[in-house]
Amino acid sequence: MAIVYVNDKPCEMNPEQNLLHGCLSNGFKLPYFCWHPALGSVGACRQCAVKQFRDENDSHGKIVMSCMTPAAEGTRISIADPEAVAFRAGIIEGLMLNHPHDCPVCDEGGECHLQDMTVMTGHDYRRYEFEKRTFRNQNLGPLVNHEMNRCIQCYRCVRYYHDYAGGNDLNAFALRDRLFFGRAEDGVLENEFSGNLVEICPTGVFTDKTLKQHYARKWDQQFAPSVCVHCALGCNTDAGERYGTLRRIVNRYNHEVNGYFLCDRGRFGYEFVNNQRRFRQPVLKRQVTSVASARRYLDEKIAQGRVIGIGSPRASLEANFSLRTVVGADHFYCGMADHEGKLVRLTIEILGSGPMRTPTLREIEESDAVFILGEDLTNVAPRMALSVRQSVRQQPMEAVKKLKIPLWLDFGVRDAMQDAKGPLYIATPHGTRLDDVATATFHAAPDDLARLGFAVAHALDSSAPAVPQADDWPLANEIARALKGAKKPLVISGTSCSSEAVIQAAANVAMAADAALSFTAPECNSIGAALTGGNPLSAAFQAVRDGYVDTVIILENDLYRRAPHAEVDSVLKAAPHVIVLDHLPNPTTEKAELLLPAGTFAESDGTFISSEGRAQRFFKVCMPEDEVLASWRWLKPDHWQNLDDVLRAMAEALPELAAIRDAAPSSKFRIAGAKIPRSPHRESGRTAALVHINISEPKTPEDLDSALSFSMEGTPDQPPAALIPFFWSPSWNSIQAVNTYQKEVGGPLRGGDAGVRLFKPSPKNGQTYFSAIPAAFQPRESEWLLVPMYHIFGSDELSLHAPAIRELAVMPHVAINSDEFAEDMEVEVTLADGTFRFPVRIHREMPAGVAAVSVGSSPLLAVQVPGWGKIARAK
Amino acid sequence: MTGNFDKPLTERMHPDGSVVSLRAYELAGGYQAIRKVLRTGMTPMAVTEEVKEANLRGRGGAGFQTGVKWSFVPRGKDVPNPTYLVVNGDEMEPGTFKDRLLMERDPHQLLEGAMVAGFAIEADIAYIFLRGEYTLAAERLARAIAEAYERQYLGKNIFGSGYSLELYLHLSGGRYICGEETGLLNALEGKRANPRSKPPFPPSVGLFGKPTIVNNVETICCVPHIINRGATWFQGLGRTKDGGTKLFGVSGKVKHPGLWELPMGTTVREILEEHAGGMRDGVKFRGLLPGGASTDFIVEEHLDLAMDFASLGKAASRMGTGTMIVLDDHTCPVGMTSNLTHFFARESCGFCTPCWSGLGWADRTLKAMEEGRGRPGDLDKLEFQTKMWAPGNTFCALAPGAAEPVQSALKHFREDFERHIREHGCPWS
Amino acid sequence: MLTAEEIREIEIEAEHYPKREAVCIDALKIVQRHRGWVSDESVRDIAEHLGMSATDVDSIATFYNLIFRKPVGRHVVMVCDSVSCWIMGYERIRAHLRERLGIEHGQTTSDDRFTMLPIVCLGCCDHAPAMMVDSDLHTDLNPQNIDSALEKYK
Repeated sequence: MAIVYVNDKPCEMNPEQNLLHGCLSNGFKLPYFCWHPALGSVGACRQCAVKQFRDENDSHGKIVMSCMTPAAEGTRISIADPEAVAFRAGIIEGLMLNHPHDCPVCDEGGECHLQDMTVMTGHDYRRYEFEKRTFRNQNLGPLVNHEMNRCIQCYRCVRYYHDYAGGNDLNAFALRDRLFFGRAEDGVLENEFSGNLVEICPTGVFTDKTLKQHYARKWDQQFAPSVCVHCALGCNTDAGERYGTLRRIVNRYNHEVNGYFLCDRGRFGYEFVNNQRRFRQPVLKRQVTSVASARRYLDEKIAQGRVIGIGSPRASLEANFSLRTVVGADHFYCGMADHEGKLVRLTIEILGSGPMRTPTLREIEESDAVFILGEDLTNVAPRMALSVRQSVRQQPMEAVKKLKIPLWLDFGVRDAMQDAKGPLYIATPHGTRLDDVATATFHAAPDDLARLGFAVAHALDSSAPAVPQADDWPLANEIARALKGAKKPLVISGTSCSSEAVIQAAANVAMAADAALSFTAPECNSIGAALTGGNPLSAAFQAVRDGYVDTVIILENDLYRRAPHAEVDSVLKAAPHVIVLDHLPNPTTEKAELLLPAGTFAESDGTFISSEGRAQRFFKVCMPEDEVLASWRWLKPDHWQNLDDVLRAMAEALPELAAIRDAAPSSKFRIAGAKIPRSPHRESGRTAALVHINISEPKTPEDLDSALSFSMEGTPDQPPAALIPFFWSPSWNSIQAVNTYQKEVGGPLRGGDAGVRLFKPSPKNGQTYFSAIPAAFQPRESEWLLVPMYHIFGSDELSLHAPAIRELAVMPHVAINSDEFAEDMEVEVTLADGTFRFPVRIHREMPAGVAAVSVGSSPLLAVQVPGWGKIARAK
Repeated sequence: MTGNFDKPLTERMHPDGSVVSLRAYELAGGYQAIRKVLRTGMTPMAVTEEVKEANLRGRGGAGFQTGVKWSFVPRGKDVPNPTYLVVNGDEMEPGTFKDRLLMERDPHQLLEGAMVAGFAIEADIAYIFLRGEYTLAAERLARAIAEAYERQYLGKNIFGSGYSLELYLHLSGGRYICGEETGLLNALEGKRANPRSKPPFPPSVGLFGKPTIVNNVETICCVPHIINRGATWFQGLGRTKDGGTKLFGVSGKVKHPGLWELPMGTTVREILEEHAGGMRDGVKFRGLLPGGASTDFIVEEHLDLAMDFASLGKAASRMGTGTMIVLDDHTCPVGMTSNLTHFFARESCGFCTPCWSGLGWADRTLKAMEEGRGRPGDLDKLEFQTKMWAPGNTFCALAPGAAEPVQSALKHFREDFERHIREHGCPWS
Repeated sequence: MLTAEEIREIEIEAEHYPKREAVCIDALKIVQRHRGWVSDESVRDIAEHLGMSATDVDSIATFYNLIFRKPVGRHVVMVCDSVSCWIMGYERIRAHLRERLGIEHGQTTSDDRFTMLPIVCLGCCDHAPAMMVDSDLHTDLNPQNIDSALEKYK
């Protein structure tokens, strides 16, 4: 650590960082705009000016930009110097020249970095008397709102969108004081991480368009720490609600997982919670009924026995475990399709018993050679794609370091690096949105992808099995060389190809290369569901068909997504009684005899285990309304009162999951005797919320399940990471307040980041390579191998109920490389289970004989692909 | 004019304005420097040393020592290649018209200078970055380059020496900030011409991330002569401690606006009165900007100062490009300041706040003042802005340049400004 | 669609750079030389040809003064409004042109013959005031000789 003198006071700073970073890390109130911990410094806004002195005798000094000055040992600066103070106020004055008087009507108000910095500099009087420049705003799609008059030309948006996230449809136009940040023309922002603009933009130019539909100020919202439910990565979020409506999702910083960014599905998919088709009351035999009557019926059926429970990979551990407890472990069935469950368990086994370490998303960013086998990350594990995009900068960073350019000097580094990229090899059936930064891509059928993986492993370690007829594969040798030459090599694979061989090949490569190994998983709690155990789903169906079952209880699971339509139809028809718990209508809920309204993540507490093997707790934002209850509260033994009881029971029954209790403090946790408030201390309107129902303010609901309270009253201190409902600090109302929660800005949260990693690598002892190498793929004459294709907007069940996501959802289609068909042509795909109709998209990169089909929202299920089928032009 | 001194830059030029052909250039002694360098086995460092010894300083306005700049380029086989030489022909500083002359009239001098400079820094590729409006220079340079390639003075293995240099002409899209060294590099890379922060410096990370030297046209034109006749000779050309000759110019209401090659260190007065013939009949001298729009006004009492890199500091000004803009007593100083500020405001790239915001504000304030809508307090606001634009406060030197005429006009012609405000109008209109 | 000639000229320039994107400004000027200005369609065409996005190309195009993103007349009159020309009579020149052509800066005559634009210092300050019409420089202007200067531009 270097000693830097700030206002004559010696402070410890990281000498590899700049002075702004050091001052902020030391808690100084130094204003800034264009610098960002994830983007580095460019020196544009000039807001962070301080006075630098040569030595103790220099009384004059000169103004420097702290973000552009290294925090070198012995540096002397003054933040309070009158000239520096006047200069910084002058910068705000300069920004305010053209800034509209929008605060009262601007969505950013109350969490606006510009507001905060204006107050911080003390500028408060307008001397400017001329006109302000104005712009015509663009319609950028349903997610991000555009209001250019507010722009302060800090360039953060384009640096994030263009340089960091790789988007090429947002840029700066014109110059001087008329810079315009937007697209060549109106249109939906194409980058899947565009939503981060709303947090990156320090003013109200880019704001959350979905929030706008049901707006509430930050200070008026009630928040809770949550975990995204739209994929298995487990990005940390904070959910904000008011008056029972979920208003928005914001990023909850987790240094190891999502850092500062979310994907658009995670940020904007929440509106399924507000969907008006949400189940609010129990329904028995198609009639709305009371809770009492529903419970009576439920208890009856359970008491009668011959009950089975089908869990779900999108329900919490607690919900799955409660069902398991109520029906008994022997009668509990895994809610994943057999094949999918098998694949997920295979990944868990490999990570749990092998020597390979599964990296965090942050560690993925720091990898310097990446081999992706079979995964279209941008669509399946989006936030991981963003991390991989950063990873290709690692290797070229070495040359930059030699030039002695500090790594935080954003443009200097980029100019030095030019287009150099570290090794990234992507092997998938069809093209991906990361291909633009790949060293090489390889598009093939899953079996051939697996063969490539096995070949790479053999090239790295000749004791790994060789691939017949592919002993000396140039691409495999190249990939092997890249992984071998790297300091932090990484292999990424997963369940997307529905192929065991692909997963095993990836494991072989990681073993041979001594690389980190990451597997994607299909849903937010696929890992948790697998670890909770349960018999295969097919056995449940068989048991019903064999007449052993009287009651089937289905937990948050649309079985029509797990098995062929006809099969599920016949099973649900055969079951005498069907009880379903879920949030929204789906084909399974239609078959329910008793339908129980289940709380979403916003109205329940629970734990998910991410594909990294990280157990993370989410907490309800508000009490569920009407008769909605957290699923585990519908299905539990009487003596369980709160979440801690469930966790205790789970730890006993499933000791390998005992550590999940440490994912968050228990409900008894207090800070100086006080609970942690869900609302900022200025939250208003509590008294008025229910005045239209009853003018007497009701008692604030008590939260038995957590250390959070439904109130703005409580401890003012910073809670531990797992319990942070919102980021706020005196003088820092905006998301920049995160700085004050980190020991060093941009680093881990004080006290550690949220979540408990469950996978621990085992020491290498006679690792055995997988050896079931598939034969080379043989295209067939009149059939196509159909493989699944995922869409960030369109393949996830819940987010499709959010209007904005629905609007963006890709129309299900067939991607194919064939001269037989033309773009947009309608075709019929015939499989064993039926014929389905799709439009065609020509993908010239795809291999012969293989067609990719959209899954998730299409009538074609993941179960049926991969599989062989016929494709013919529709009549 | 008077005095017997060498005029290496202009002596070959034809009075009728026609271009000096390759043949004429060679007959007059051209392309001897590059031959000398390549055929007598001079090393790149030796050439660099000679130029360093000559104390050649950049003539684009900044005055950095050329030889020293060249010595910052990494040498040797492990250097990331290619190394680039970029000739800055983006002459857009208002009041400046010297590089135009050199490029239109004697393009081969520039080419030879580029070849020698290129060799000195071990460059593989050279670009001439020419402002798009200089269409005649573009035509003549393009032809000269073709001629040079034809003779194999450019391209592979020049004069059989093993040294190769490719040279390309690039025409700018039109923006003053392209004349800023690092803005130029971004423009040459096909991007928006925002400047870059330094460090890293162009010799380390320059064009396309490679080692690069950017030199002004006039600077490069001096190079062959230094090699031909030596550092000592070059030093001796100047009157003060800065060596060489300089193209000095005068515009405004003088009898003979023009451009003359004179010894470095010639006084302001000599240029103004002897060469430009003094003020026209009917007008008197009030002040002048010594070296283009981004220099401070000097007045009568400063006229005996030498035009070189240091002397004008006594007048709180600088030589800049060496082309003077004269303010007469029938021209409104407020209007002139407004015009200058309008230029800078319009050319701001939009990157740093004090420049894009402050210049716009100053522009509007001065325009309003000229139109009679000046308010008390305007001068304080303008002065505060000039402090916001101080070097180091902004990202590049555009705004600090804009500050110079404004702060000096407020110093020397304050009464005119106050009158505009008091009288709600321009006394000259 | 870019014409074959435009593509040919662009590719000649592209040879001068190590990356395709670097020829962007040259490409914009080439297309403008052929068509007078750069339309939205041309921006898209250039983008496609260079493997860039239209947004990125337009971001570059709108930065530069000599690239016209709006249609212009058959001839573009660029009148220098910088300091030396201003001292030597720019206002009179501009007034004269305004009267003669009936247009302000940024406008085009109704017969599409001339577009008038301001331009920064043209670098011939000893012969101020000055203007350019297309690629031709006209200096030492006065209201009398302007008219004859414009004569030849049909």
